[in-house]
Amino acid sequence: MIRALLLSAAALLALPAAAQDVAITNAKLVIGDGSAPVEGGTVVVRGGKVVAAGAGVAVPAGIETVDAGGHYVTPGIVAAFSRVGLTEVDAVSGTNDRSAPRTRFSAGLDIAPALNPMGSPVAVNRAAGVTRAVVAPGGSSNLFAGQGAVVDLGDDMAMVTRPRALQYVAFGEDGASKAGGSRAATFLLFREQLLAARSYARGAATLAEWGNDAMIQRADADALVRVIDGTTPLFVRVDRAADILNVVKLKQDFPAMKLVLVGATEGWLVAPQIAAARVPVIVSPLTDLPNSFEQLGATQSNAGRLEAAGVTVAVGVFDDDDAHKMGYATQYAGNLVALTKMPGTSGLSWDQAFAAISSGPARAVGMDDRIGSLKPGRVGDVVIWDRDPLELGSRPTAIWIDGKRQSLTTRQDRLRDRYADPAEGALPNAYDW
Amino acid sequence: MVRGMKSGLLAAATLVFAGCAATDAQPQAAGSDAAPAATGAKAERFDKNPYPSTYHAYPGRVTAVTGVTIFDGEGGRIDGGTVVLAEGKVASIGGADTAIPADALVIDGRGKFVTPGVIDVHSHLGVYPSPGVDAHSDGNEMTSPTTPEVWAEHSVWPQDPGFSRALANGGVTTLQILPGSANLIGGRSVTLKNVPSRTVQGMKFPGAPYGMKMACGENPKRVYGGKGRMPSTRMGNFAVDRQTWAKAAAYKKKLDEGKTVDRDLAMETLAGVLSGEILVHNHCYRADEMAQVIDMSHEFGYKVTAFHHAVEAYKVADLLRKEGICAALWADWWGFKMEAYDSVPENLPMVEQAGACAIVHSDDANQIQRLNQEAAKALAAGRRMGLTISDERAWRWLAINPATALGIADKTGSLKPGKMADVVLWNGNPFSVYTRPEKVWIDGALLYDADDPKRRPVSDFELGQPGEGDVK
Repeated sequence: MIRALLLSAAALLALPAAAQDVAITNAKLVIGDGSAPVEGGTVVVRGGKVVAAGAGVAVPAGIETVDAGGHYVTPGIVAAFSRVGLTEVDAVSGTNDRSAPRTRFSAGLDIAPALNPMGSPVAVNRAAGVTRAVVAPGGSSNLFAGQGAVVDLGDDMAMVTRPRALQYVAFGEDGASKAGGSRAATFLLFREQLLAARSYARGAATLAEWGNDAMIQRADADALVRVIDGTTPLFVRVDRAADILNVVKLKQDFPAMKLVLVGATEGWLVAPQIAAARVPVIVSPLTDLPNSFEQLGATQSNAGRLEAAGVTVAVGVFDDDDAHKMGYATQYAGNLVALTKMPGTSGLSWDQAFAAISSGPARAVGMDDRIGSLKPGRVGDVVIWDRDPLELGSRPTAIWIDGKRQSLTTRQDRLRDRYADPAEGALPNAYDW
Repeated sequence: MVRGMKSGLLAAATLVFAGCAATDAQPQAAGSDAAPAATGAKAERFDKNPYPSTYHAYPGRVTAVTGVTIFDGEGGRIDGGTVVLAEGKVASIGGADTAIPADALVIDGRGKFVTPGVIDVHSHLGVYPSPGVDAHSDGNEMTSPTTPEVWAEHSVWPQDPGFSRALANGGVTTLQILPGSANLIGGRSVTLKNVPSRTVQGMKFPGAPYGMKMACGENPKRVYGGKGRMPSTRMGNFAVDRQTWAKAAAYKKKLDEGKTVDRDLAMETLAGVLSGEILVHNHCYRADEMAQVIDMSHEFGYKVTAFHHAVEAYKVADLLRKEGICAALWADWWGFKMEAYDSVPENLPMVEQAGACAIVHSDDANQIQRLNQEAAKALAAGRRMGLTISDERAWRWLAINPATALGIADKTGSLKPGKMADVVLWNGNPFSVYTRPEKVWIDGALLYDADDPKRRPVSDFELGQPGEGDVK
């Protein structure tokens, strides 16, 4: 009896507060699938899910109705590749769970227990309109970094939407460094670790018996088996055009593997091959400098050229700050629209650009049937904006996650209010709270 | 003595704020000016400007942009305006009735905006260039916590592709290259025109005073504490700073008294600060530390021109106003370290509202390409909290305010007739995300033109590489 009570208490804490049914009307409605905004649109959320969205959608009787006043209403932004929830203050190591450089495990790591839904980055990113995030581990001591999750940024303790939603590995210079100093070592180690995992799965009693030159543990093998059979998408950081081709070719040996390219700075140079392999790409779209010799071809036109070649493109915020400023996604997407007005550049239409930060990331991680748009059946993540969400400084005026209305107040707001007049009054500022 | 120090401070402050008036005597402009200036008879003479600017303006043609919205950089706005560039200068600016010279190339600016070129007071282009390989890592002389003797210009690699991105995507025409923040005193900065050159001297802004980089807080104590050296604490930071200033004050006293001194490159820089010739740019995040640095500057009689990365400037905006110190800020960077934890997106407008000098800076090869966007985000945040700051007023954060902090406000930083024709034509409102530079002039020379694929710089490094000459 006591045990049952404890369980239910834990369950209560873990679950988001009950979703409210709500209809948001009079919206400039963005579905997020690349279609054009609909004027006078309505979105209906029931039981935490979108049940209808579009023009001429009837509002069910007795449901709470919110008039959007003609403003943009969109699905929440999906951070395509991030470390949201894994760090509070990067340089304060105790708060920073991005990477595990001293563990003997690698692919088996699962970041879910490291997530902190109460961290201030969750609230700050949420207030910028980000409702879901793909969260990847930063790295281990070995080649594979471990398993990331898809999370929501709601103000409750139930953060994980899908645990073990991806496996992450870096090729290129980072991967070479991890594998022993050359790209050749990366590709061999990659292959050996996957083969070791497969051998283990097929009944080799232990990895040691199989001959564990691949340097993985049982938990790693378990995770890699799910990469081989396509259960877990493999996110691969890779930038140099030649490296991209070699990574795409890995599908020949592991045909069920679901690859997603991250970065792909020189992707435009091999866009047809990426398109032919049907591999989605998550770009950091404004990377336009040769930060390294594997990014010599960097250009802001990468996203537009990839999209034009038929590649599924998602836009992420990860080459600068990958934990605190996910709100940059809208700014970055807006910049891609700006490129369509410039001679010689390739960008994205507004509709494509918005999709690249909503349904695009959802598609890349294989969850566009659940998140990233306002199509029926998707989670009830809805944002009302004060103006064009891709425009600079636009902000949400209301947010629902899983149909639950969210707080938009952040710690930053509290500091701002305290110091709106910085001079001390009758009491020190510390009494102003 | 204390009194003497205070009047020294006042003199320095006057120099900075007069800015313009003092520039004839600025070191970079002064050719082989000799020190000390006052009573040099007995002192050893040395060249204060041994690496003089060889920059020259490139040829331009008389150009008039008409029907355009103008932010003049000092808070003024003209709708449907005309700006005329001639002889490398802003020739005239005004409404539709502005006279246009007969030989002018006339550009229809309807629907577009003209601003002074963007000025970044905090860049490490050239000293931490792309590609960011170890061989290029020249921004921090991390072998001593105080290195006032090093000069950033001796580390700048003019082939850094970042300069061209700042020009084409960001409309940046002038930028200050600073040493990094590992050291309490990082060394001298250099102010550059954003014009490609074989040499750093070919980029140096003629007549710009030197700056000196200082840093508070976490970086110096982490770097040197990590080496088992002083400073390892904030109190250690201040102790080392104060001891250094005390030594510099003694050195300067000898100079002032006309005594013979040995060449001491570190002391020469510090003496230049104490005499107001060299402007202090102090990396300092926290409000309490800024207040302490202000006291230290009073103690030794120097002036802090600007606090950079002043994430907590909003907490002491009244103090900054009183002291006449600029706050050079990001719009919204936060959380990367403890001293950046209390960032608020309203920082810039709150500093502006307090009547202090607000500046948008980059510290970053990417954000230098979007300083207009950073300003726009901050402006929107300010308006949400009820601060009414106009677009044209906010453009000062990118124009006259940084020009003032660099001591070049008499030459650039606004569209006042007679100033350098450092000008950007934007293809829309530069506070919109959908806007990009269309043309950029530096001293009247058209150095970027979105409509002409050849009118954009390609650095030596990028020549013959994938993406050479590509849109970036």
